[in-house]
Order: sequence, then C-alpha cells, then structure tokens
Amino acid sequence: MFLDYFFYLKEILPVSITEFMTLLEALDKGLIKNTVDFYYISRSILCKNEHHFDIYDIAFVNYFKDAGLDFPEDIKQEIWEWLQTNESIFRMPGALKEFFQNMSPEELERQFRKLMREQDGEHNFGNLWIGTQGQSKFGHSGLNIEGFRIAGDYGMQNAMRIAQKRIFKDYRKDLVIDTRRIKVALKRLRKLDEIGKKNELDLPKTIHETGRNGGDIELIFNKKKKNNIKILLLMDVGGTMDIYIHQANLLFSAANNVSHWKDFKYYYFHNCIYNYLYENAARNTDEAIEFEDFLKKYDDSYRVIIVGDQTMHRSELVTPHGAIYDDASNKKPGLYYINEIAKHFKKNVIWLNPEPVRDDWMTWTKMKIAQIIPTFHLTIGGIENAMDYLRTGGKNHYTTVDILKDVPLALF
Amino acid sequence: MDATFNKFRGDIKTETVKYLADPQLRNIVNVSIALGRPLLVKGEPGTGKTMLAHAIALSLGKRLIIWNIKSTTEAIDGCYMYDTVQRLNDSRFGCEDRDVDNIHDYITFGPLGEAFDSEEQVVLLIDEIDKADIEFPNDLLQELDVMEFYIKETKEFIKAKTRPIVVITSNNEKELPDAFLRRCVFHWIEFPSKAFMADICNLHYPNLKENLLEQCLNHFYALRAITKMRKLPSTSELLDWIGVLLKSGITIEELKRGVPFLGVLIKKEKDIEIAIEKLKFPT
Repeated sequence: MFLDYFFYLKEILPVSITEFMTLLEALDKGLIKNTVDFYYISRSILCKNEHHFDIYDIAFVNYFKDAGLDFPEDIKQEIWEWLQTNESIFRMPGALKEFFQNMSPEELERQFRKLMREQDGEHNFGNLWIGTQGQSKFGHSGLNIEGFRIAGDYGMQNAMRIAQKRIFKDYRKDLVIDTRRIKVALKRLRKLDEIGKKNELDLPKTIHETGRNGGDIELIFNKKKKNNIKILLLMDVGGTMDIYIHQANLLFSAANNVSHWKDFKYYYFHNCIYNYLYENAARNTDEAIEFEDFLKKYDDSYRVIIVGDQTMHRSELVTPHGAIYDDASNKKPGLYYINEIAKHFKKNVIWLNPEPVRDDWMTWTKMKIAQIIPTFHLTIGGIENAMDYLRTGGKNHYTTVDILKDVPLALF
Repeated sequence: MDATFNKFRGDIKTETVKYLADPQLRNIVNVSIALGRPLLVKGEPGTGKTMLAHAIALSLGKRLIIWNIKSTTEAIDGCYMYDTVQRLNDSRFGCEDRDVDNIHDYITFGPLGEAFDSEEQVVLLIDEIDKADIEFPNDLLQELDVMEFYIKETKEFIKAKTRPIVVITSNNEKELPDAFLRRCVFHWIEFPSKAFMADICNLHYPNLKENLLEQCLNHFYALRAITKMRKLPSTSELLDWIGVLLKSGITIEELKRGVPFLGVLIKKEKDIEIAIEKLKFPT
C-alpha cells in the first residue's frame, strides 16, 4: 500500500484521508498508467494549492529517491504492478547519489525535514520570509536542483524529471498569505442595522396583513439590513514590531478585504500613540492627523483595533517628550493618549498584541496598557474573542482590564 | 480499465469554441470525470478556465449549464427559488397557467437544480466561485458530495438523476475552505510554453504565416518577462492582438520595428508606460 507515501506527505503538506482514498480510487479504477500520470494525478488530488506544488515536487523526488534506495517488499510489489511502464524511476538514485555525494543522506534528510516543518508551520501563519529564505537555505543544502542534469538515457516522459524542474518554485515566493481564517474571525463583528429606503418585502408580515385584510394583498416593506460596523485600525510599526510585521500585514490585508464593513480607516504609530497618527507606515508628518482632530473626526461609533507589542521603555509611556523619535514631540506622556482613547471610544476599543497576553507576568509597559485597554493575543482565537467583545460592547467579557485592575503598578 | 475513461479529447474546433488543452489538463479532466469529483481549475486570468467547461461540453456532446457566481450569490440560489410573491398574487387574482394549490408550480430550479433534474448528464460550470462570500463553498458541500438538496417548502429531496460533470473556476481572490478543497480534484493551468502557444494560435488563426507568428510570440513573451507590470498579458489578449494585427494587414517588417496596438495586450495605463519604457531601452 501507499500508506508510507501518504504519511510522508502528511508531515509536510495538509493532506487528508479523504484525498488519499480518492487517490486509491483513481489507482483502483486504472486511471493511472505510468509515473507521469501518477505525478500529475496524485498532485491534483492531494495538493489543492499551487503554492504547495513546489513542496510537493521536492517531496516527490525525495520520497521516490528513498523508495528506490530502500524499498520495502510489499510496496515494491504494488508499485511494480502499476508503474510497470516506467522503471527508470528506480535507476534514479544512482544519479542522485552522485549529485549529493558531498552530503550524507542523513544530513540531507534532516535539512529537508527541518525546512518542510518550518515552511508548513510558518505557512499557517503564511510567513513570507520562510518562502524565500527557507528556499535559499535549502538551495545551499544541495536540493536546489534547478540546473540538475540527468544522463540522457531517461526519456522525456519521466515524472521525476518533471518534479525536478520545480517550475512552481516562484509561486512560493509570493505565497498568498492565508488571510481566510482571519477574515472569518473578523466577520464575527457584525451588527445589522436598517438603512435606506423601505424596499425589501417582509413576507411573513405581508401574509399576515393580507390575511387580516380578507385576502386583499397588503404589501409590507422593510428597510434593508446592512452591516453598520465602522472600523479604525491603528498599527504599531517599526522597531520591535518588525518581527511581527507579517502578522500585522495579514490582519491588515484581511481587514481591508472584508468588504462588509461600512467604513474602514487605518493609521500608524510607533511604540505608543502620541500627538500624531500617521497615514502611512513611513510616518511622514505631512500625511498625519493630529490626535485632537482624530478624536473629533471619529466618534465612539467606530470600533477601534490597536495592534502593537506594547513593548517600549517606561519613559515612552510616562514622561512628556518621551517618544523616541523627534516628530512626535509629545508634550504629554504616552499614557495620556492611551487614556484619552480609552475614554473616548469607551467599550469600543481593544488592543491586539502579537506577543502572548499572560495574566501572571508581563513587562511593565504591557501591564500598564492592558490595564487601560482590553488586550488580546493576535491569534485566530484572540481575534475571535476581541471581535465578540467589540460586538457586544464588552458585555460578559472578563478582560485584561478586569484581571489587572487591582495590580499595583508603581510609576518607577 | 474503465471503458468510459478518456472521453475528453482536449482539442475542440468549432465556430464558437476553439480550445486546446495540454495533455496533463486533458488527463486530469478525464480523471475527475471518472472519479465523479468536481474539478477545481485555477490559473492566471485569461488562460481559458471558463472555456475549458465549454470545451468539455462540446467534446462530450453534453449540455452546458453555467452558474455565474456574484458577490451576493447564495448556495440556495443555485438549487431552487420559491416565488411566494407570484403565488400570493395568483391566489388573489388567479392564473390559468399555474395552480395556486400546487406549490410545485411556484418552485423554479437554479443552475444546480437544473443540472440535477436533467435526464441526461450535463456539464455544470460554477464560474468564479471565489466571488461569493467566503462561507459560500461550505454551503455547497452536501450538494456536491451526494448530489442532492432539500426543498423545505415541499419537503422533497432533489437527487441528481445523473451525476453532472462539475467544473469550478477560481481567480484566487479568496482562499477556499479546506473541507471544500478536499472534495475536489485540483488543477492549476500553467501558462503555455512558447511552442504550445504557437499551437493555440494556429488553432485560432490557421492561415497565420509562421514568421509573423514567431515575431508576435517574441514580442508577447518579451512583454511577459517584464515582471514590474501589474497585469501580464495572457492568452486571450494575445489572440485578440493577433486578430487585430491580421485585420490591419501589418507586415513583418513593421512588426519587427515595434509593438503596434499595445493597448490590446496591456490594459492598465501604468503598465503601458512601463512596457514602452522597457521596449525602448531593453536591458
């Protein structure tokens, strides 16, 4: 059976039993006649994302390399039965061995598995740097076989060679970030309000009224219901946030693409919010809104999502002119602005922190901010909780504000 | 070997549909038909995802039912619609064609319902599934899995008389849910190689001179190599462009000097600027 191949793939790609059964069905029905068929059809059935094709290619080569070197008897029998037309696959290891002679197979295997694990783990969060760096690392380790040439006696119709071309390599670089789950989480924030003209037929009421009317039709119209949620996204950029930039981008692109919001505005800040909020990540003062104007422009009907790691020096929060960059020149301490936001937006503001939000021990600045603004961890679960909080106006939510309420925090 | 296997030939040439599928795609189409699984097709815009369904229907001599997905489409729209307002109206004013007491007269099938109801097997194209709400594909799981749906007004199950051949296209605007993907066979339409592209062009313009085609393809692939462009020209644009060139009666010498009618190939103003810049100072 091909169970080994399945489990091998399962470690590095999200393949399911359903899909494996489908592949067996294809084999059973005789749809796969040779290794080339096997390569394409198994890819179509097991691999549902073109971004995974490259990983599949590597896995395919790697597995059948192993399979050729050390092939358990029962698998061999299976393979022979339906791979009859293409035996060159079993001659491949020689060429590969030659190619990898500078590296022990164990080392290669280890590198490969490590990369795949990272790639997959990061892909759930879709981290871009793995896509490129991981690949180059792997290239360095010797499996980047772009220029790999095989002795001429292998026919063109060879699945290994197709896989080895790795034509889908580029698709990995621009890994489309998996924003789907974030979008689903964000969609929890929904508040349907009636808007516009009365032009939607209310069927139950129409029937009821028609009945009361002795059968004369009485049409009852309603206003259309539309999501009336307005969102403000404030994002910390630069410095310690650099390592979380991808997570922040994921959230931003998801929020930006959730089209059902009535309004979506975003601003940037660095470390703490001071007297300016910036319209782009470069934080130019000429494209910024002053804090007072910001509060005037957006009333408390907006839901505010602040993203930041709350990591900074204490003085950035508590001393006037504490901002570590000149443009801010804040006359008031950072905490003033945080408090103002909390006061202005009341229960409609939350903070998402890419670092774990703990209730036992956190750094001083994290605790201080989380005491004022309910803070959630920037994970799918955290976003879900945060959206529930915003939807219900904080009802029945026990947040960091409650947890840290009585924790005494000395200024210095 | 299953006798019904290998039905889709992959090269179609009729008045309205000219289509050439590479061997892998042809193979996958036949596998998905044999397995009775929906085929999910993705690929760059303009690589003939929608045309594929037309080609399959023509090649197999089956009726094609198209379900165009829009942002407001819901799963139930594809199954059936119960026209209560019409019924209410008929109950008051009467109607000769319909019987008010018979609820069936007020239920019309959507594309999915029509496909299930057909005596003969049909090809069902669910076009641009990613346009709909992100929950939409999940609402279709049951329908596509067991090929049946429930009409709650009549308490009836509508079961497919013959399992339709389902082709689903996506432009990658939204990620599709895993549960949905598990049930599909997936194919990514690769962008055609130069040689294969020449075959496609010859299929559409059989009288095209070889050196002219060669020059067209050179220009085309040179443009596609400009990675800065936001939207690269695709097969459909190339075919349109060649059509325009032939109509204009351009000579090979003129074509060698530059790229006329650039606007047919490139649709974005910014991209045209980039392209002109690159063509002037090729690196």
